[in-house]
Amino acid sequence: MMLTLLTALPVVGAIVLLVIGDRSKPLTRALALAFAFVSLVVVLILWHSFDSTLGTLQFEERYAWVPFLNIEYHVGIDGLGLLMLLLSAIVVPIGMAASWKIVERVPLYFALMLLLQACLFGAFTALNFVHWFSFWELSLIPAFFLIKLWGGPKSTPAATQFLVYTMVGGVAMLLSFLAIYLVTGKFDFIELAQLAQSGQLMPDVVARLSMHRFMPHNIAMILFAGAFLGLAVKVPIFPFHTWLPSAYSEAPTGTTILLTGAMSKMGVYGFLRILLPIFGAQTQAVLTPLLWLTVATIVFSAYSALAQKDLKRIMAYSSINHLGYCMLGIFALAKFTGGDAALFSQKFAAMDGVLLQMFNHGLTAATIFWFIAMMENRSNGLRGIDDFGGLRSVAPVFAGFMGIALFSSLGLPGLNGFVGEFLIFKGAFPLVTWASSISVLGLLITAIVILGIIQRVFSGPLSERWTAFPDLTLGERLFLAPAIALMFVLGLYPQLIIGVVNQTAVQLVQQLKF
Amino acid sequence: MLAWTIYISFFGALLQLLLPKGNNTLARAFALLTAFAGLCIAVTSFTQHRSGELITVANYAWIPALGIRFHLAADGISLSLILLTGIVALTGILFSWNIDRRTNEFFAFYLLLIGCVYGVFLSYDLFLLFVFYEIVIIPKYFLITGWGSTRKDYGAMKLALYSFIGSAMVLVGLIAAYVVAGSKSMALNDLAGYAFSPHFQMWEFPLVFVGFAILAGLWPFHTWAPTGHVAAPTAVSMLLAGVVMKLGAYGCLRVAMTLFPHGLDPWGFSLIGLSSWRDVFALLAVIGIVWGALVAMVQQDFKFVIGYSSVSHMGFILLGLMTLNRIGISGAIIQMFSHGILAGLLFATVGRMVYDRTHTRELVKLGPMNLNKAIPFAAITFVVAGMAGMGLPGFSGFVAELMILVGAWRAFPIFAVFVGVGIVIGVVYVWRAMQKAFFAEPGDVISHEPLPPITIPERLGAIILICTSVAIGLYPQMLLKIITPALNSPLFDGVRKGGW
Amino acid sequence: MTSYSHLLRLLLPELIVTITAIFALTTDLVFLRSAALRTRLATAVSLATIGCIVAIFAITRATENVNLFDGMLIANPLVHLVQIALLVLTIFVLLLAVDSEFTENVGEFVLLILLATVGMMFLVASQDLLTTFISLELLSLPLYILTGFDKRNARSSEAALKYFLFGGMSAAFLLFGFSLLYGFANSTNFVEIAAAIHGPSLNPLLILAIVTTVIGLGFKVAAVPFHFWAPDVYEAAPIPVAAFVASGSKVASFFVFFQIFSIAFAGSEGSGAWMHFVHGWVPVVAIVAALSMLLGNTVAIVQTSLRRLLAYSAIAHAGYMLLGIVAHTPVGLAALLYYVITYSFGTIGAFGVIGIVEKATGSDQLANFNGLNKRSPILAACLFVFLLSLAGIPPLAGFFGKFYLFVAAITANSGLLWLVAFAIAMSAVSLFYYLRVLKRVYTESGDPADGTPLPSSRLSVSVVVALATLVVLFGCAPNLLLQPLLSAVHALGM
Repeated sequence: MMLTLLTALPVVGAIVLLVIGDRSKPLTRALALAFAFVSLVVVLILWHSFDSTLGTLQFEERYAWVPFLNIEYHVGIDGLGLLMLLLSAIVVPIGMAASWKIVERVPLYFALMLLLQACLFGAFTALNFVHWFSFWELSLIPAFFLIKLWGGPKSTPAATQFLVYTMVGGVAMLLSFLAIYLVTGKFDFIELAQLAQSGQLMPDVVARLSMHRFMPHNIAMILFAGAFLGLAVKVPIFPFHTWLPSAYSEAPTGTTILLTGAMSKMGVYGFLRILLPIFGAQTQAVLTPLLWLTVATIVFSAYSALAQKDLKRIMAYSSINHLGYCMLGIFALAKFTGGDAALFSQKFAAMDGVLLQMFNHGLTAATIFWFIAMMENRSNGLRGIDDFGGLRSVAPVFAGFMGIALFSSLGLPGLNGFVGEFLIFKGAFPLVTWASSISVLGLLITAIVILGIIQRVFSGPLSERWTAFPDLTLGERLFLAPAIALMFVLGLYPQLIIGVVNQTAVQLVQQLKF
Repeated sequence: MLAWTIYISFFGALLQLLLPKGNNTLARAFALLTAFAGLCIAVTSFTQHRSGELITVANYAWIPALGIRFHLAADGISLSLILLTGIVALTGILFSWNIDRRTNEFFAFYLLLIGCVYGVFLSYDLFLLFVFYEIVIIPKYFLITGWGSTRKDYGAMKLALYSFIGSAMVLVGLIAAYVVAGSKSMALNDLAGYAFSPHFQMWEFPLVFVGFAILAGLWPFHTWAPTGHVAAPTAVSMLLAGVVMKLGAYGCLRVAMTLFPHGLDPWGFSLIGLSSWRDVFALLAVIGIVWGALVAMVQQDFKFVIGYSSVSHMGFILLGLMTLNRIGISGAIIQMFSHGILAGLLFATVGRMVYDRTHTRELVKLGPMNLNKAIPFAAITFVVAGMAGMGLPGFSGFVAELMILVGAWRAFPIFAVFVGVGIVIGVVYVWRAMQKAFFAEPGDVISHEPLPPITIPERLGAIILICTSVAIGLYPQMLLKIITPALNSPLFDGVRKGGW
Repeated sequence: MTSYSHLLRLLLPELIVTITAIFALTTDLVFLRSAALRTRLATAVSLATIGCIVAIFAITRATENVNLFDGMLIANPLVHLVQIALLVLTIFVLLLAVDSEFTENVGEFVLLILLATVGMMFLVASQDLLTTFISLELLSLPLYILTGFDKRNARSSEAALKYFLFGGMSAAFLLFGFSLLYGFANSTNFVEIAAAIHGPSLNPLLILAIVTTVIGLGFKVAAVPFHFWAPDVYEAAPIPVAAFVASGSKVASFFVFFQIFSIAFAGSEGSGAWMHFVHGWVPVVAIVAALSMLLGNTVAIVQTSLRRLLAYSAIAHAGYMLLGIVAHTPVGLAALLYYVITYSFGTIGAFGVIGIVEKATGSDQLANFNGLNKRSPILAACLFVFLLSLAGIPPLAGFFGKFYLFVAAITANSGLLWLVAFAIAMSAVSLFYYLRVLKRVYTESGDPADGTPLPSSRLSVSVVVALATLVVLFGCAPNLLLQPLLSAVHALGM
């Protein structure tokens, strides 16, 4: 019941906000935050009761929904799901806090945020394709409206582009899974994964669907392509990433936090939960081109970040870059290792790294965007990298905290950002050496970008207009302290997370069998 | 007890006329009460129904010389549609709260229409079914011509004549079947059980099917629908698109397919790839889906978008019927329910919430009015209704369209592809309309007085409809568990042989 | 040999009506010369009504089945039923006349109506050529005169003249046909004629007899192409007369049409089945029916006068009714009678409404019916019932009548499906113009637009409402009329 409750809670919150929210803005914001915190509490309870010695699904619920079509309400979480739930539960309050200065139609804004959170919870716990896909697609609606109605001057084209890209990808994915359903009669991820791993799935598909004269032989690759497309748009992977910079920068910063913190992880989650288990063989078959794409993603995004002047855009490209590392790790998992046990054991490291990176990047990026939001608020909307300068002298605490977050993003050892990237590279290097080597370039350029930000925003001469730049208030410090603390803690003691998710990681890798 | 839905509606209509003129509140309250009573009966029967059973509600001799009986009965399919009627009828009255001209007569015709619709869904004697089916034409005509808007006289007459021609075709078919079966009985199961010769069925089936399908908006006989729906006042559009068009589809299933299943058999020869009436009507249905969607995409009048979208959605239903497998037909019935609710919601938003306030339906004129700020409730409702209409999971349309798609794939794989295309175009036109009407760039706000806020009856109506759609979307079993067993009844033997 | 008293007893109903007629005339001429018009009308009509009721009573008391003088006078349940119907229709027509102002010659008026009624009663009781012809003339001659009774209106006289000329000519045709039949059979009795003309192929003279008989009777029922008198008569005759022509006269004429063709011409039917035409009178009647439906409905569309519209609609309905004759089965007869009787109720009612509106607004142009609903909701509702019954919308009597006729036709010969389909298609056309009239009544604003109530007499309105109720009643519970009809038809052992 817990998972259903968790998913339903933000929906209830949204309805409450819509009904009574018109009375007073502070009440609305407080209620919204309250609901978000309650969700966080529930997730922490789940975290606490999660048995990390098992690698299997826990808190499973399974009801028939449309027996006709074999669609079930099947939810459950393993370490991966739990981690993502925690991330979502943390990122949403941060996003809400960053939206404190929104004045138009406040109830609707926060209601949409809560609905988005519900969709996230739903997508991370769903185990039946229809159910999962519903939340995947439903999440687009609040996101679209959040971007369009409260965003910047070019919000409409940005929102539309975001919607269209993701929807088209979604449709491709839907078609693939419909085809699979028509052949196997199943929508359940676990069952399909088992079918795939026993080697049964694709021969069945090829046999049944190739009967129609107009279907070419590479039917399995076509289905893989559909699923891949849907997920690749979401992460995003080059060259399907072009929607992201505009969407992230035009969206109100609170929304960007949700987009980068949690929604982008839906794509990565999809790769881990869906694509690798079910289409593992196909991934292997086209591994090299995929690695090329990943490398391109990592390197080009880093370079692009370098060329940007808008802080949000810089961070947007940086997001693409960071998630590229996750993809590197994931594709490394797909590398065929034959019977080499040592090589195989590298995959565990890579997997752990991916999981960590998902969480850590979410946390870090959310925090950084929160700071950008604060800068926007305090400067009446400015967020160009050259607009500021020398802030360290007037707002040392601000500079300090933001610096920590930025360094974490850079991957400084001792902060959480480092651990994930380290494990990924550790695991990926032996497996996909050349790709990992080139990707290091991304690390380097990211460092330059981040340092550039710190230098130009915080150091340097202080201009006239920022002499009155307020530092972090007590409330803001209290709010941020846990996040910053977490960055240190996870940087120094990643076992906190690895302990919980490791078994799952092992399980996932072993299931892949290659 | 179900027969009381009919009786209450008819008596209500009569009493409505006798209420004192000029007292609008009394008129509205009375009508609401009547519709609510009907809905209560429908819901009670729905919840009490044990799956698979056929409840006989009334069975009296009427014209013994001809074997015609006043025979009312309901199975799972009828009950679902009766429930739909109850819900749409009630919400329609809520959305007609602002009618203030000749209110009594409006609601009298309205209740008469509802009563007849209940009658069609409950009739188990084909003569009785036809009587109710035919009477429907009259209140439709007067409601549109009396309280309608754009081209109401033309729209009303076109609608009446098309409906009459459709029912004329049905009448010819019914009389022929009745006489051939010995002129002994008009009962559904008697005629369904009679073994008409395959040759006879081969021409009877298309005759009766097309006769009913005209009212269901089968392409290319659908042209009355957009005109008629646009001309009609809001509540009537809701009823027409939501429920009355389903009468046609219901007739196709209950009469044409049940009585003359061999009409669906292959002809033995092939004409441009089609080899049976089943192929022909499936093709027409698919054309309707895609055509309706394409035309909806280029409309300049908001209500026309919805009108053509109804044609498109009805195509789904007809295609589902032609799949001749359990999934497809169940999907078609769920779609009847789902589209009934959603069409009601869409017309309510466009007609009552938007047009009654802005007095224009042209998308280019609506855009600058910044409606999402002026009447946010309408914007939200339209977004929800639009999403549901697109087939977004979580709402009723998704399950229905998925089932029809799966059923269609099993029967006509090529058509299934076009259905997918239709769904995609469906997303496009809804998006376009929504964007242009509610979320376009705001224009000069100079001369606009603030639009009147959305009233309580409208909110109530919208919430009822949305909740229904969500309820079915989340728990389609509620309907499926009584529909599927109904398809197992002996009535559908002939249809079943097509291979579930 | 029947005794004279027995004959008188058998003729009691007709005698009663005749005596009533003379009595009404005498009373009016002698006692009421100086009374107000309305009083005179009221008295005369009351007398006539009482007489008719007594006659009805007498008919119900008559139980024997009789066939006198080789078919010159028939009495059986069916004939009695039709006679009762005719008398009821006459009563309604007379009641409508109470409020009229078109004539001062009240006594003559009532006399002529009642004599025409007597003619109809004899007509339906005869299966002999001579008595048929005489009765037909007894029916028609008063009608010609009555048509011209409105001396205020020149068109009334014009219509009467047209009616008379057409009528006379078609009577001549009829007589010619009858004489040919006599030539065949050396007898004027229907059954004997049938025996005489029975043969493998159609004699050319027989064809001529068929054609002329169809002409003669077709005129009476206003079928195409013998319909030219109808629009003018319907438009210009006084309201009660038009109602009478449209109702009672039709009932009797169709009954005799059926009798002649199914009894006298039995054996030479041929077949009207699609693609299987066989020479005989059935295909001829079928073609006439189709043409009537076509012309009646299409021309009605362009009418601006409600009376003329009803006239063309009457022509169309004659076409439908001929279906019952084309079927020439007992069921067909029952269907025909059901249809024509309920049609008559509806038509009298419609004319009643027209009469009231005409009196209040001056003409029967459709524009005068605009907004009738505001001025008199009751009349509007009644007109609603009548017109929709004519269109064939359930649950009104017109629908069931059509349905039953179609069933009868197809049961008789499934090849007649083409005619039935055509009839249904033409009904669709009729719905168009009926709805247009009702649209005016309900949605358009008339003049005066403020909706002052229409001046109308309570009697006329009551009559109209009673008729509307009957139409609805027979529509919802057709068995009420159908059961007696069917048992009467079956009792004949036809």
